[in-house]
Amino acid sequence: MPVITYREALRAAMREELQRDEKVVLMGEEVAQFNGAYKVTEGLLKEFGPKRVVDTPISEAGFIGLGIGASMLGIRPVMELMFWSFSYVAFDQIVNNAGNIRYMSGGLINCPIVIRGPANGGTNVGATHSHTPEAILASHPGIKVVCPATPYDAKGLMKAAIRDNDPVYVMENTILYNDKGEVPDEDYIVPLGVADVKRTGEDLTIVAHGRAVITSLKAAEILEKEHGVSVEVVDLRSIRPLDEATVLQSVRKTHRVLLVEENKPFCGVDAQVAYLIQSKAFDELDAPIHRVSSIDAPQIYCKRLEDQQLPNAQRVVAEALKVLA
Amino acid sequence: MATPAVLTHPESLKRPAGPSEYAKHPINAALSKEDKIELYRKMARIRHFEQRCIRVYQQGKIGGFLHLYVGQEAVAAGTISLLGKHDHLITGYRDHGHGLMVGMGMNECMAELTGKATGCSQGKGGSMHYFAPDKNYWGGHGIVGGQAPLGTGLAYAVKYLGHKGSCLAYMGDGAVNQGAVHEAYNLAALWDLPIIFVIENNGYSMGTSQERSSAHPGCLAKRAEGYGMAWDVVNGHDVYEVRAKTSAALKRAHEESKPTVLEIFTYRYYGHSMADPDKTYRDKEEIKEYREQKDPVLLFEKELLAEKVLTPELSQAINEAAMAEADQAAAFADASPDPTVADITKNIYWEEDHRGPQTTSRGTIIFE
Repeated sequence: MPVITYREALRAAMREELQRDEKVVLMGEEVAQFNGAYKVTEGLLKEFGPKRVVDTPISEAGFIGLGIGASMLGIRPVMELMFWSFSYVAFDQIVNNAGNIRYMSGGLINCPIVIRGPANGGTNVGATHSHTPEAILASHPGIKVVCPATPYDAKGLMKAAIRDNDPVYVMENTILYNDKGEVPDEDYIVPLGVADVKRTGEDLTIVAHGRAVITSLKAAEILEKEHGVSVEVVDLRSIRPLDEATVLQSVRKTHRVLLVEENKPFCGVDAQVAYLIQSKAFDELDAPIHRVSSIDAPQIYCKRLEDQQLPNAQRVVAEALKVLA
Repeated sequence: MATPAVLTHPESLKRPAGPSEYAKHPINAALSKEDKIELYRKMARIRHFEQRCIRVYQQGKIGGFLHLYVGQEAVAAGTISLLGKHDHLITGYRDHGHGLMVGMGMNECMAELTGKATGCSQGKGGSMHYFAPDKNYWGGHGIVGGQAPLGTGLAYAVKYLGHKGSCLAYMGDGAVNQGAVHEAYNLAALWDLPIIFVIENNGYSMGTSQERSSAHPGCLAKRAEGYGMAWDVVNGHDVYEVRAKTSAALKRAHEESKPTVLEIFTYRYYGHSMADPDKTYRDKEEIKEYREQKDPVLLFEKELLAEKVLTPELSQAINEAAMAEADQAAAFADASPDPTVADITKNIYWEEDHRGPQTTSRGTIIFE
């Protein structure tokens, strides 16, 4: 199986969907002539031309709204946000319009739009460019949110998102763009709402999504080698819809749970996951659920401290040992 | 680019409300007697539907906000009467008139206001959120100016699909200061989109007059010049003028794929919404003057009587029929059932409403 980067996997997904369906259009700041601010869309303008790959002005409320309007008439726009942090200037479009229009029209209108781009801290750019809005957006019924952690999932989830008939917000991660992994050449999708057990184990379940999965896998290695602990890592992949069954199955196996995410703790994704576990598997727990999230402050600029603010393998190991104590 | 005389809202209204100078414009001369009667009938239907809504509201059956279109009928009637198969429209929250004009039924419209399952949005949208996509009507949007980018997207789709069509994106005079509107203007001009931004200027953004809310050298439409867009100003009390000037903008959209901003001067007789006591920001005399001198329904009736298209008897019959239809719609809404608790979680996701082997979603999507 070919080994490609997360970035190339996303590009392959978009290329295949552009080929498959002529209503798919890529749009965003610098996606065409500049080849993408993070080179995710590199070469696609040359391959598909300016009707299918479209540069927009710096005007998120305008062009995201335009994409939503176009999707109502059957176009399938894949809109790039240079950073998900920039979604905040287009919040009315992203939430009120894309998220509500099917409901408010009593099901008469649907909105098959994909909005994608990186949503992560850890890049030494300060608070305004480091937001992770998956929990904020997933808290709105009508919206779907996925957070791929690996190249395989990036391609499969992106293709599923483009074929989905609802608004799907794909949150990527600039730090993962160069990560490599096996990705099939052939057509496949990863359905939304299906978690993946990235590592099997017996003693502790770690539930994570996005880059926190990679961090958790590193921590699991350390826990096994240095502490003799067998850790299972469940990658949610999709925040809404959420694969509750896979999470609960792992909890019933290990009876101990650590939740890891790069969000800030208050009302993070893991608050919902913790509620799920205590409500549906309370009797299975041998210890309270613990969490590791970003330290609760706006994202700090100083690189040395930002690496501490985000979950890292050391913090995950330390918290895991508390759950196991 | 159109270079009309610069008019402010009050100046335009100083014009005497005599016979329309646009009656013989080709777009109006082409109307048959039946077409004209039908246009009048549609305006009368909007008027009587809205006035019946007041009673239903006062009976406590309509909750939330109710923004009435009374006084503004010629805007929706004139513009929408020109639209064809690939012409789309979208508006803000003062959306009933547009809905009736595209052919929505009074029953489904009234039932939506009272939150009934038989409403056009099954009681899930309310007054501000009417939709009829089968009639190219894309709402009914509650956030001021938020619909402007959507309309631009509809125009983009029309062009992408190779249709000879357009999108009319309506907004009030209060919307022109929203950033989303300016972003939409820029995209429409930059990409040569077949869109007409229609500013329904009724003089007040809620309770704030245009003078107190908008920096405007002459008129609001003139801001189009900053984007290199064509623009025009329109007397919205004269349905013939609305049709004439809109037809020029439609031609520009259809034949050149170019945007236009049309500022149509109009007036609302009731408050911003029924929650507005309408006592602080304008004189009763002003409202009276408009009702007596500039009423778009009465002016068109007068016009058609003079043209001998209408007779007083026919006019009376049309108005009585519209009132009876509105009464019947109120009765229909009363008799209709509420949506059920189970309905609350339907129509959120297409994939959930159609879940099966073909859909791309699994897992839990509606949470307890």
